[in-house]
Amino acid sequence: MAEHTLLEAVNLALRRAMADDDRVLVLGEDVGVVGGVFRATDGLLQAFGPHRVFDTPLAETGIAGVAVGLAVQGFRPVAEIQFMGFIYAAIDQLANHASRMRTRTRGRQSCPLVLRAPFGGGIHAPEHHSESAEAMLAHIPGLRVVIPSSPRTAYGLLLAAIRDPDPVVFLEPKRLYRSAKEAFEDDGAALPLDRCHIVRPGKDLTLVTWGAMVQETLAAAEQLSGEGVAAEVIDVATIKPLDGETICESVGRTGRLVIVHEAPITGGFGGEIAACVAERALYSLQAPILRVAGYDTVMPLARLEHHYMPSVSRIVGAARETLEAS
Amino acid sequence: MSDSLPFGVHPSTIIGPDGNLLRPIPEPLVDPATIRALYGWMHRTRAFDAKAIELQRTGRLGTYASCLGQEAASVGIGHAMAPEDVLVPSFRDQGTQLYRGVSMVELLLYWGGDERGSDYAVPRDDLPISITVGGHAPHAAGVALALKLRAEPRVAVCVFGDGATSKGDVYEAMNIAGVWRLPVVFVVNNNQWAISTPRADQSAATTLAQKAVAAGFEGSQVDGNDVLAVSEAVGDAIGHARKGDGPRLVECLTYRLGDHTTVDDASRYRSEAEVARWRQLDPLARVGAYLAQHEGWSDADEDALVERCDDEVASAATAYNGTTPQPPEAIFDHLFASLPRELERQRATLLASAPADG
Repeated sequence: MAEHTLLEAVNLALRRAMADDDRVLVLGEDVGVVGGVFRATDGLLQAFGPHRVFDTPLAETGIAGVAVGLAVQGFRPVAEIQFMGFIYAAIDQLANHASRMRTRTRGRQSCPLVLRAPFGGGIHAPEHHSESAEAMLAHIPGLRVVIPSSPRTAYGLLLAAIRDPDPVVFLEPKRLYRSAKEAFEDDGAALPLDRCHIVRPGKDLTLVTWGAMVQETLAAAEQLSGEGVAAEVIDVATIKPLDGETICESVGRTGRLVIVHEAPITGGFGGEIAACVAERALYSLQAPILRVAGYDTVMPLARLEHHYMPSVSRIVGAARETLEAS
Repeated sequence: MSDSLPFGVHPSTIIGPDGNLLRPIPEPLVDPATIRALYGWMHRTRAFDAKAIELQRTGRLGTYASCLGQEAASVGIGHAMAPEDVLVPSFRDQGTQLYRGVSMVELLLYWGGDERGSDYAVPRDDLPISITVGGHAPHAAGVALALKLRAEPRVAVCVFGDGATSKGDVYEAMNIAGVWRLPVVFVVNNNQWAISTPRADQSAATTLAQKAVAAGFEGSQVDGNDVLAVSEAVGDAIGHARKGDGPRLVECLTYRLGDHTTVDDASRYRSEAEVARWRQLDPLARVGAYLAQHEGWSDADEDALVERCDDEVASAATAYNGTTPQPPEAIFDHLFASLPRELERQRATLLASAPADG
């Protein structure tokens, strides 16, 4: 079994989906000739030709809107927004059209598009290149928000997103694009959407996270195990619709919950998870729910960004706090 | 409009405001039966608008956007399209939609707050009404790309108003369509007002048609109150796109004689004198006058047509008023192809709390 980076996993999933289904198209800024600014779409134009892969003009609303038109007509467009900081111009199309087309027409039309965007910080990028706006998207009814955390999940979840008959925003943790390597089979097998994954079992507390923060959280769990604490780590994977059952079941066993995300804390998706647990599993809790998240600040530029990002020590600190709470 | 021509007469005008023929009727439109049919569709559209406003005023319909005064543009676009073409409409295009086979009951359902009104029996590929101004223009480019990729000889026709041309969405759509030479026609129904904003405050461009030039294709203005001129201009643009020669833009010069919607009061921002001036250019009156002068159209013919249209809208209203509402849980029915578990929970909550009478 060959090892692949997360970037290669995205590329392999796109190749597989395009080979399996000629309705799958790839479009976006610089996705063709140059293969994407990160090379996620490298070689697709050469392999599938200019009728399947489209370099678009620089227009995020247009890219998302064209994808809506293609999807309504029966294609399976996979559109790329180059960085999540530029997705705001496409949100009108997602919130007002892509997510509503099936409802609006009572199923006469549907919108099976995937909007991919690299997201998150930690690569010392310029302004607007490090954002984590997943909670804004998760607030939109009719839209799935899927976030892989590893090469294997990127491959399986992207295949699932492309095959899904409804619109999916697929956010790729770009900090892991080249740093994460994992062996998996390019066998065309999709992973299930709408399900959380328990990536490390444990009985003492539950750590819930997604995207690049799964790495930090696993490292924190490893450190905690050295202190005799068995932390369970859940990779949410699909943040909308949320698999509350898996999270509440875990908290039911551990009685303690720490939520970790890179996005600003206020209005972040961690709040939704905390509410879900408060509604369904409050009496299992032996300590207050804690969140380790980005601050409510503007995402800092390169020199200060490591102070913003949740760190292993902050996660371990929060875990200890919940363990000491009762 | 040219200074050398009387008010309301454009070089494209075929039937002038008083019913006079200003230039020969183009071959595809020359059959008197065609002109009578277009006249009938304009009357049908006007009668439908009147009925919709009446239903709104009596509490049986929601907010409604009449196209009073714009029937020539609306019907002319419909006539110019082939049935297999794809309409990407805005919210004031009922003349086009009715012409293409969307039923009056469906339109009333939509404006009456029932999503089933956008599940058109025909034409299945037309997009639903877009309430966002200009947000649908990129969809038309996407639809056109789909048609082009499948090598189908079909054209997407996107209709929007003068206000929409100020939106980046419209420019992005036109720009993409220009680069990829997509089979799409953009039609601006320039009715001179975007709610209270007059055309002059919308853009400093001399014409809206010239915005096509920046996207690399041709734009033209047409007398939007002359159904024959609209059909000819939009038909030419569609023919051009169908041949694979890329997009076109047509700006229909028309006027919204009514309020923006039933919740607007146009007298707050425009003068009665201006409205009266445009009323003289009424798109129906000129065709009626032409038919009377040239085709022996009598008062009895006119009365019979009006009565037919009134009967048609009355029976549509009756059918609409008799429609059984959707059950409360229908709000979940088409959110996704299959309902996710979390939403099953929410659906159960609704079922447990919704009043039995909905």
